[in-house]
Amino acid sequence: MTTLEQGGSAASRSSGAGAQPPARAPQDGARSSGGSRPGAGGRRRSPSSVSQLTAWAFAAPVVVYLLAFYAVPLYRNLDLSLRDYTVRSFVQGGAEFNDFANYTTVVADPTFWPALWHTLVFTFVSIGVQFALGMALAVFFFQHFRLSTTLRALFLVPWLLPLIVSASTWAWMLNSDSGVVNYALSLVGVDPVHWLTSPQWALTSVIIANIWIGIPFNLVIVYSGLQSIPADVYEAASLDGAGPWQKFWRITFPLLRPVTAITLLLGLVYTLKVFDIIWIMTRGGPGDSSQTFATWAYDESFGNVLPRFGSGSAISTLLILMALVAGLVYIRAQHKQEAS
Amino acid sequence: MKRSIVSRRLSTAVALAAVATLGLSACGGGSAPGGAASSDSGSAGGTYTVWDPYPQFDDSSAWVQLLKKCGTDNGVTVERTGYDTTDLTNKALLAAQQGTSPDVILIDNPVISTLADAGALTDTETLGLDTSGFEENLLGAGVVDGKTYGVPVGANTLSLYYNKDVLDAAGVDPASITDWTTLTAALEKVSAAGKKGITFSAIGTEEGSFQFLPWFWGSGADLTELDSSQGVAALSLWKDWLDKGYAPNSVINNTQTTSWQEFATGEYAFSENGTWQLGNVKDAGFTWGVIPIPAEGGGVAPAPTGGEFVAAPVQSDDSRYATTTKLISCLTSPENALATDTTLSYIGATQAVQSEQEKDAELKPWVEAVQGAKGRTSDNLGTDYPLISEQMWDAVQAALSGSKTPEQAMKDAQTAAASATS
Repeated sequence: MTTLEQGGSAASRSSGAGAQPPARAPQDGARSSGGSRPGAGGRRRSPSSVSQLTAWAFAAPVVVYLLAFYAVPLYRNLDLSLRDYTVRSFVQGGAEFNDFANYTTVVADPTFWPALWHTLVFTFVSIGVQFALGMALAVFFFQHFRLSTTLRALFLVPWLLPLIVSASTWAWMLNSDSGVVNYALSLVGVDPVHWLTSPQWALTSVIIANIWIGIPFNLVIVYSGLQSIPADVYEAASLDGAGPWQKFWRITFPLLRPVTAITLLLGLVYTLKVFDIIWIMTRGGPGDSSQTFATWAYDESFGNVLPRFGSGSAISTLLILMALVAGLVYIRAQHKQEAS
Repeated sequence: MKRSIVSRRLSTAVALAAVATLGLSACGGGSAPGGAASSDSGSAGGTYTVWDPYPQFDDSSAWVQLLKKCGTDNGVTVERTGYDTTDLTNKALLAAQQGTSPDVILIDNPVISTLADAGALTDTETLGLDTSGFEENLLGAGVVDGKTYGVPVGANTLSLYYNKDVLDAAGVDPASITDWTTLTAALEKVSAAGKKGITFSAIGTEEGSFQFLPWFWGSGADLTELDSSQGVAALSLWKDWLDKGYAPNSVINNTQTTSWQEFATGEYAFSENGTWQLGNVKDAGFTWGVIPIPAEGGGVAPAPTGGEFVAAPVQSDDSRYATTTKLISCLTSPENALATDTTLSYIGATQAVQSEQEKDAELKPWVEAVQGAKGRTSDNLGTDYPLISEQMWDAVQAALSGSKTPEQAMKDAQTAAASATS
């Protein structure tokens, strides 16, 4: 490790030595040939403040972008969730602050606890199964057998399809009366299952569809993680007599830990906010049986002719907090891992 | 060492980016700026903007041509944008908030009371628009507290399409269906003959309420009392059909379009659907007919009216209203309305257009259905309607999916609706 780093810095030093002089030369040239001109400027502004300004100028686009597209929407969302919005006050302005009334309404709503439970089940079951299957497939394809590249590419298809296409396709396949899944079941003598229209199955159905869509993401990231594990570690393990199981649990799994952590965190955030699949397949129904926070927030804000922006944005805020907590947990875990 | 710094930075960045993405997607709708900005006020002539929910029509279509012509006739240029129906309500509200409303908007009739309540629409009296030619039952959807906001461009409603081949095979005469008992008996015969009974849309959106209303009203129930015995009877009728297999379980997720696709397979005897399918049914490849939806005890059930209103959103510069009024009058004049209603498969909203359409045998039953129809926001329900409707479709979903009995579902719905509208 140390030798590598030394080598790296030596290389950068030498490349820097090669690159810097030409960059500096025109500056020097300008200064010397310009004579008094840069001196006049230098009196008013010290070179350091100029470079500071330049730095800010370079940062400005990003700062503006972050403010306009991240800070302002977040602020607006929070603002909406703390006010008593009706259609009239939304248009005419003057919605009054009502402290946390929207939040208490949301928590007291009969949909709250089922929706929270569905959100957690949807998220954790999806991530767990996606990751397990993604990892299994990644390890499988890492064997480099014939056609493995082609097959791996095929596994990416769910990722490439627009969500509306895959969700609609799932909805057709799971249709109670004309769906191919129930047809297949009927061939083996199983009674039709009301996948999307019974309260017992709706959540399961959307989870299945979501897992299918999420596998490629896990597959790709874990696969790239596998590539970073040096082959000689496996060789050494083989010489020591480790079997395939041992190699997986003692080498692959521990060395993949950083990749695992980031995959799970990204998966968590992606899955928490999954909206399209549920909305297209069941609209959170029947009743509230597949309602998650994401669909509920949308339903409150836009699902009715009479929008309830206050409670809709309150639910969104709760959702953001959930993701934030997940992010913080991840960062903490990362620090601990580095410290140890 | 180096690696750990990089990875720490990376992880922080990832966490931040992830949270930020979530934040954006979660609240994007609430704070997105309005759509197309309307033209600036002022100069004589100038540009007038029109929004409509007919994205299927492009610039070469008769509808857009008519808009342009109405503009040129009144010395202005018309700039038109077509939006998706569900999108248009949000767009209209946001535009009203930003002060970028179009001059003329065509919007689904139950939304009118919401927009009027938001103070986003100009009433016809202020506009100086004559509403006397329009049918009272259709205009009713646009009346809030005695003021009329906009006029209907046309109307549609629901009836029962039937597949004559299926009915003949089962030995059912469509003329014999006059009430719920005879309809259920017909469905039983069709099922016994190995075909499927009826398909409709009971999806958990306004579409589901729209489809349920003819049965709800047909039982004599009233929207202010969802859990009346009549209301429960209507829901039990549907539930009963599902339990006996007369209607497919997929109705719980069906939109009116997907339920029509089921009917178009030729396997179903009936489909509860609207005027707008008249064009499609001719391509269906089987003999078809239309009967009105029967009321529980016989006679025709009042169906809800669908279709758009032409309205004038509030403008900061009220000198624009004069031209706006001329544009609306042009669009709804009998000959233009007839042309528009024909393209949209709508029934006219004025006596003049309706009597013209009655000459067509295919349209005659629909004209009658529209004349007997009722606005959803009528009876001065106004903005209470969406709140009641939401509870009603929830109840329908709960009962049909079996998570509640019809009685319990309607009782819960009434409790929720009462607290929401109080």
